[in-house]
Amino acid sequence: MTRFRCNGMDVQTGAAPMSRLLDVLREDLRYTGPKEGCGEGECGACTVRIDGEPVMSCLVPVCQVEGAEVQTVEGLAQPVVHAVQSAFLQHGAAQCGICTPGFLMAAAALLDENPHPTREEARVALAGNLCRCTGYQKIVDAVVRAIAKEA
Amino acid sequence: MSIGTSPPRRDGLEKIVGSSLYADDLRPDGCLYGATVRSSRAHARILGLRRDPAFDWTGVTLVTAADVPTNIVTLMTDDQPVLAGGITRHVHEPLALVAAPTREQALAAARAVIVDYEDLPALFDPELAEGNAIQIFGHDNVFKKISIRRGTFGGRQGIRVRGRYQTGLQEQLYIEPMSMLALPRPDGGFTVQGSMQCPYYIDRAVKRMLGDERVNVVQAVTGGGFGGKEEYPSMLACHAVLLARASGRPVKITYRRDEDLRATTKRHPSIIELDTLVSPGGHVLEFGARIVMDGGAYHTLSTVVLSRAILHVTGPYRAEAVALDGVCVATHTPPNGAFRGFGAPQAQWAAERHMDRVARTLGLDPLELRRRNLYKEGDITATGQVLHDPGGFAVLDRALAAAEAPVDDKTIRPGVTAPAMARGRGLALAWHGCGFTGNGEAKIKGKVALEVRDGTVYVGIASTDIGQGTETIFPQIVAEELGIDTARVQMLPHDTAQVPDSGPTVASRTAMVVGGTALAAARALRRHLQSTAMSDEHGFDALLSRLAPDATARVVETYEVDANIQWDMDTYQGDAYPCYGWSCVIVDLRVDTDTGEVIYDRVVTATDVGRALNPVLASGQIEGGTLQALGWATQEEVVLDSRGGMRNDRLTNYIIPTALDAPEMVTELVEIPFAGGPFGAKGIGEIPMDCPAAAVAQAIEAATGAALHALPMTPERVLAALETPGESR
Amino acid sequence: MLACTAPVIRPRTLRDALQARADRPDATVLAGGTDVMVYMEAGVLQPSAVIDLWGCHGLRGIEARGNELRIGATTTHSDLARDPRVPAVLRESALTVGAVQIQNRGTVGGNICNSSPAGDTLPVWLALDADFQLSSVRGTRRVAAADYWRGYKQTALATDELLTAIYLPEVEGEAHFRKVGTRMAQAISKVIFCGRRSHGVARLAFGAVGPVPLRVRAAEDALVAGAPVSEVVRLVREGIVPIDDVRSTRDYRARVSGNVVGRWLG
Repeated sequence: MTRFRCNGMDVQTGAAPMSRLLDVLREDLRYTGPKEGCGEGECGACTVRIDGEPVMSCLVPVCQVEGAEVQTVEGLAQPVVHAVQSAFLQHGAAQCGICTPGFLMAAAALLDENPHPTREEARVALAGNLCRCTGYQKIVDAVVRAIAKEA
Repeated sequence: MSIGTSPPRRDGLEKIVGSSLYADDLRPDGCLYGATVRSSRAHARILGLRRDPAFDWTGVTLVTAADVPTNIVTLMTDDQPVLAGGITRHVHEPLALVAAPTREQALAAARAVIVDYEDLPALFDPELAEGNAIQIFGHDNVFKKISIRRGTFGGRQGIRVRGRYQTGLQEQLYIEPMSMLALPRPDGGFTVQGSMQCPYYIDRAVKRMLGDERVNVVQAVTGGGFGGKEEYPSMLACHAVLLARASGRPVKITYRRDEDLRATTKRHPSIIELDTLVSPGGHVLEFGARIVMDGGAYHTLSTVVLSRAILHVTGPYRAEAVALDGVCVATHTPPNGAFRGFGAPQAQWAAERHMDRVARTLGLDPLELRRRNLYKEGDITATGQVLHDPGGFAVLDRALAAAEAPVDDKTIRPGVTAPAMARGRGLALAWHGCGFTGNGEAKIKGKVALEVRDGTVYVGIASTDIGQGTETIFPQIVAEELGIDTARVQMLPHDTAQVPDSGPTVASRTAMVVGGTALAAARALRRHLQSTAMSDEHGFDALLSRLAPDATARVVETYEVDANIQWDMDTYQGDAYPCYGWSCVIVDLRVDTDTGEVIYDRVVTATDVGRALNPVLASGQIEGGTLQALGWATQEEVVLDSRGGMRNDRLTNYIIPTALDAPEMVTELVEIPFAGGPFGAKGIGEIPMDCPAAAVAQAIEAATGAALHALPMTPERVLAALETPGESR
Repeated sequence: MLACTAPVIRPRTLRDALQARADRPDATVLAGGTDVMVYMEAGVLQPSAVIDLWGCHGLRGIEARGNELRIGATTTHSDLARDPRVPAVLRESALTVGAVQIQNRGTVGGNICNSSPAGDTLPVWLALDADFQLSSVRGTRRVAAADYWRGYKQTALATDELLTAIYLPEVEGEAHFRKVGTRMAQAISKVIFCGRRSHGVARLAFGAVGPVPLRVRAAEDALVAGAPVSEVVRLVREGIVPIDDVRSTRDYRARVSGNVVGRWLG
């Protein structure tokens, strides 16, 4: 039995310890925000945060989140949607949307450390997430403008 | 007013909070997981399929070709089986299906099916395919031949320039792999739900396979398509239905990425030879083209891909006489199919590279050469179509103006990029026919339904939103025409039981053609309400208030083909497309001369969109297509193994651009309205694929002197070319 | 993927970890999972048992010890990149491993033990004269990075040993790192180069151009002896053993290896 916190709730799973965190989130806990695009840590669609850090949940065995705080895109929207989520909507950064949850988790982690990243810094932080719809232009727009600068 | 503004996408909130349900997010009670047994041979007789006796088959459903009522994937021709029985014609072809309670069990069961083969000789080279003794399709392995002749050859003085241009396979690489569910219905039929572009393709395919009309098809939220989910989902849906039928349970098939890469369709590779006679002043006098495309083992949509290639192969340029010949052939490789641009990107890669070759031969500036030949008002195309309001010069001027701004170099990243690089700028132009060729819409007769219930207008279309934003644009069109708030217009689910057939979600036609039909439907709805309410009022609210509170109204409008469009399918003469979009792309890049790597600093695009219905969505289409084209230009290469299968079947080795590879983009929307489109809109989905690769090649040539004529221009090829500048490769 | 029902041993202390290793030489050692999970999903690894070092105390972290920097084996690439005491070339190399999500999870020890010839940090250890600390219940020994890789995926690590730390000596000279992949991030390397030179010392180390990460000693010697750059470049191309594979070609790797060295030596 693995116990951890997910999106602020205490959860537990009887999944085998080497089960992928992604599968536990999607199948056992029914958080289907994280997506599987490749199953080998290349596309970033499964990105979640563990203790604040973005990771590929397809590469994390669930035993390693024992006692940790896991956040998915569903949790990022609680209690209110995160500024970067609103910015994605406003700037047209989501098209088909399958990569969006992963991008949001990577972007939220960046903005926690660096609320006003340059476009280059945003590109570096998002380089682990593949998008085939946007050409990344509007995603970068959304991330650099998500948190309003003091006037 | 809504048209020309950018309300956020309708499905955006669900997408940013993670509540959108994609096919693989659906898990009906009792659902089994399906997996596919695939051919390991390029061409073989299948002697038999056996169950491995060592495997525990309890709870596993197995389906083979013998279980398929009508073993045909319904599309254009009837050559492709749902499951191959007697002969397999390409590696990774589906031979049998299994379903089991877990995904792991299903995958293990698929591996436990033993197939006995008798190998047959296989054919992989498209240039040897036509008339080869090894037969794949028909008697000569030709899916389609098209020729266009206009004007007379001979008797002109000029300089002859010949060139050969090639393009390779490209994977659509939607980030959501293929996924499809089949659910048994209480009436004995099936509901199919999944990731798709064209619900009615699947509807027809499943009904025909079963010989049973009790089928409906529902689109789930779809994670990208780019053409890849145009035709292949029909086969996948048939598979899911066969397993659901055999097991009596809901069945879901979700491809793993490696399977998706190996098994599904790709962009047609091409070999294009151009032979032109040019005046010393740089005017194209005679233009000859010979196109060979590789369709793979089954026809899919190859005829139409070849058609679009040949219709775009001159590029947006005049010629006094043209002789264009194209052939699409069969090889023992997985079938190629629809992919954004549909033959036009391959053709215009060749056309633009050839213009550069002509410029080099004549010692002319490549831009000046283009100006001298670019289509002008009243010019006549290869098919004899007289052009009105061609936008080549408009997009060229807009792009050049935007490119005057200084370029911000991409930061040099220690460890990954080097500061010592050659800098270059390249430009390319393209045109792109919007919608189906000729009078293709007359055959489709696409329909749009509008219903009024509870004061809300519901739009019923089968065209799907695969990310491009049509769920947002249709309410904008209808609301604009009716003069109401977009919030009062809702979309019906894309369920073939509820919405009419609007034609497929392809060919840059959804906003322009189906959108135009929606506009006509809104007008019809107003007329209908005027007569129902016995009122000549035009205001929608006033009309509605005169209806009984519980009254409903429904209109169905069919696309009205412009009677002025004349097209002869036999001679390929006439009006090839109802209108054209125009595009100019200017790429600023650097080439690392130590490694052959290309660093994109900035890409300026100017695109004639007719009218930007929703500018944010429109520019999003262009930016995404531009990067997909840059990937095709320098990164994306499908490496084939000895069986004709994809060897680099993982995202670690089929490389698409990341945010760090992408340039900053400047996106200029030029509006030259098309009278036949809603509020002047033209199709924009595909044109961004046409220019970038050629602009990149020109920029590499400007930076280094190395002229490349084959895609992709990987670092390996660029570095090799650097050693022999000016040589053709 | 196969459902993995193998037992997972999660030692909390180094002593327990070494005992577990001694008890289960067949076990797969797991750290950040960025390689192990990929192999399992691909079906090429089906562990009979797993020893998970992720939560093992004392294995993660960087500390100065005398003239050396001790880097614990489960230190992540993000940890490495963030620490200003870490030499710049090593931090740069850490930032080229996958992308942020991978750097947050992948460990330096995992990268070394996985022994992929294309491991991004591996030539850096060679160029910086690092020592690897190998521990078992029998005791602890140090092996120079240059002696660690023995053949394709073969190393000096005994079946009862764990890599527990890397020791970096204070080294002199100017160092340079360059990764050549197929894109700017999330790329598997086609060539990795790390060079270092100071008076009387030269290191020219490469990855992805042979079965193991390697130094080209003939070229190093020539460089120390003051040979012209073109000669060093020639010796580099001669001394590496690249292959054709799905990612690149032998010819490209040889050419580029020489070019990046030539550019650095300028």
